[in-house]
Amino acid sequence: MSSLCILSVLVAVVPLFLVIYYTLSQGIGALNLDFFIKMPKPVGESGGGMANALVGTAILIGLGSIIGLPVSILAGIYLAENGDNTFGAIVRFFADVLSGIPSIVVGVVAYMLVVLPMKGFSAIAGGVALGILMIPTATRTTEEMIRLVPHSLREAALALGIPQWKTMLRIVLPVALKGITTGILLAIARAAGETAPLLFTALGNRFWSTEINHPIASLTVFIYDYAKAPFEDWNRQAWAAAFVLILLIVIVNVIFRFATRDRYESNRT
Amino acid sequence: MRAIEPEYIVMPNTLFTEMPAASIQPAASKIITTDVKAYFGKTQALKGISLHIPENKVVAIIGPSGCGKSTYLRCINRMHEVAGGTISGSILFDGENIFDYDPVQLRRRIGMIFQKPNPFPTMSIFDNVAAGLRLNGRASKKELAEIVERSLRQAALWDEVKDSLNRSGVSLSGGQQQRLCIARTLAVNPEVILMDEPASALDPISTAKIEELIFKLRENYTIVIVTHNMQQAARVSDYTAFLYMGELVEYGDTKNIFTKPSIKQTEEYITGRFG
Repeated sequence: MSSLCILSVLVAVVPLFLVIYYTLSQGIGALNLDFFIKMPKPVGESGGGMANALVGTAILIGLGSIIGLPVSILAGIYLAENGDNTFGAIVRFFADVLSGIPSIVVGVVAYMLVVLPMKGFSAIAGGVALGILMIPTATRTTEEMIRLVPHSLREAALALGIPQWKTMLRIVLPVALKGITTGILLAIARAAGETAPLLFTALGNRFWSTEINHPIASLTVFIYDYAKAPFEDWNRQAWAAAFVLILLIVIVNVIFRFATRDRYESNRT
Repeated sequence: MRAIEPEYIVMPNTLFTEMPAASIQPAASKIITTDVKAYFGKTQALKGISLHIPENKVVAIIGPSGCGKSTYLRCINRMHEVAGGTISGSILFDGENIFDYDPVQLRRRIGMIFQKPNPFPTMSIFDNVAAGLRLNGRASKKELAEIVERSLRQAALWDEVKDSLNRSGVSLSGGQQQRLCIARTLAVNPEVILMDEPASALDPISTAKIEELIFKLRENYTIVIVTHNMQQAARVSDYTAFLYMGELVEYGDTKNIFTKPSIKQTEEYITGRFG
């Protein structure tokens, strides 16, 4: 039985290492300082980098978080506290459905909602698409994590004469924070890896742009463009970009973990 | 189950006679509950409890499991409503109807200790005690430090934790955690402290410490304690109320209740023949 478990763990973990190994080995040739600080070169010239795509991805994730996370956290709090009714069940059902919707559909929605009214592709449209993609995961994790906080803590706080909203904000949320962070990270990681909804919202951009009402570059769209290009140099850069994307997610993970670590060793009993 | 009308209950102390609330000296009765009925949905947990709780005394509420003693306690600080229950009847606190109060304000004056110690896990010992004041947005840093020290001293915990105030509250032992919770309640400076089986999750030594504490606290606070443990009720309380199946069977001087109860049911419960 235990050997079966070990085998399963290997089956689960080996592909992960293969992905990291493969992207690194294929992209290492293009991974240099230029990759991080230079702009893409015109077709035919070798070298150059993806500085604009790196910044673009950061901006898109930032916009997505600003749009998606507050909604998710508030909705999660609502579902945990007042969600034991038909309305709560409906919201929960749609959140679950939304988490299963293909991301390209969300892209279409963002296209209709933002791109058409603004009469152009833009970073903000990409942010809206990513934000919508984050909502289901982040909402449901927030809800579950708040529900896990023992009821006795809420009662203790209320019995001290602490108002309900402060009890939630200062007592319950801090206890649930670690779990909520994990959910948010999952949501961010998913959003960071999305290509399809960005194709017709943020579009992509070969030039430097940090303006949110203009098309913006992103790592994933670059990977998409460069991987199917007939130039070996570009293919290598696509691999490198893929590796950097993985690295980026790892870094975000570590930062969040560090920021929400236990202040007290003894809590880990 | 025979319903017992208030007038049949032997009240050895004049405090407990059915006088109208207005004629009672404020110093006499801190809390007066009249015909309190409590419900969870359609289930009735309390079938009309009328009790006078005198100021600066310890009132013990005893009775078998499910008799409604915790529910009664939770009516007094309106925590029963938090759990989704409903209450009818009147509860006067210092002569004022508690249902006219903002529950938040009421709970600052009527504190509560729970069965299981429940310090806030993300907070240090200091922050736990300071939580009530801090989250109510009063008191300066210096004041806060003074109040925390005073409360921990009152809860007989200061000497054990004074060098480790920044440690996590949950790093303490169960008995210490419970005293931390008492300190946390005292810091808000309530007038009444409700205790819901405060020692039932603790070992005998910690229990003894809590009982000692109750003994000291009664000088300044009105205490209502729910307990399974009859010896504990006899040791710490001035008055004892016996509840059975949501009804008040007998209420009186603790000594009388335990030595010569006037109702047969009380005697049977106290001597361990049922419950």
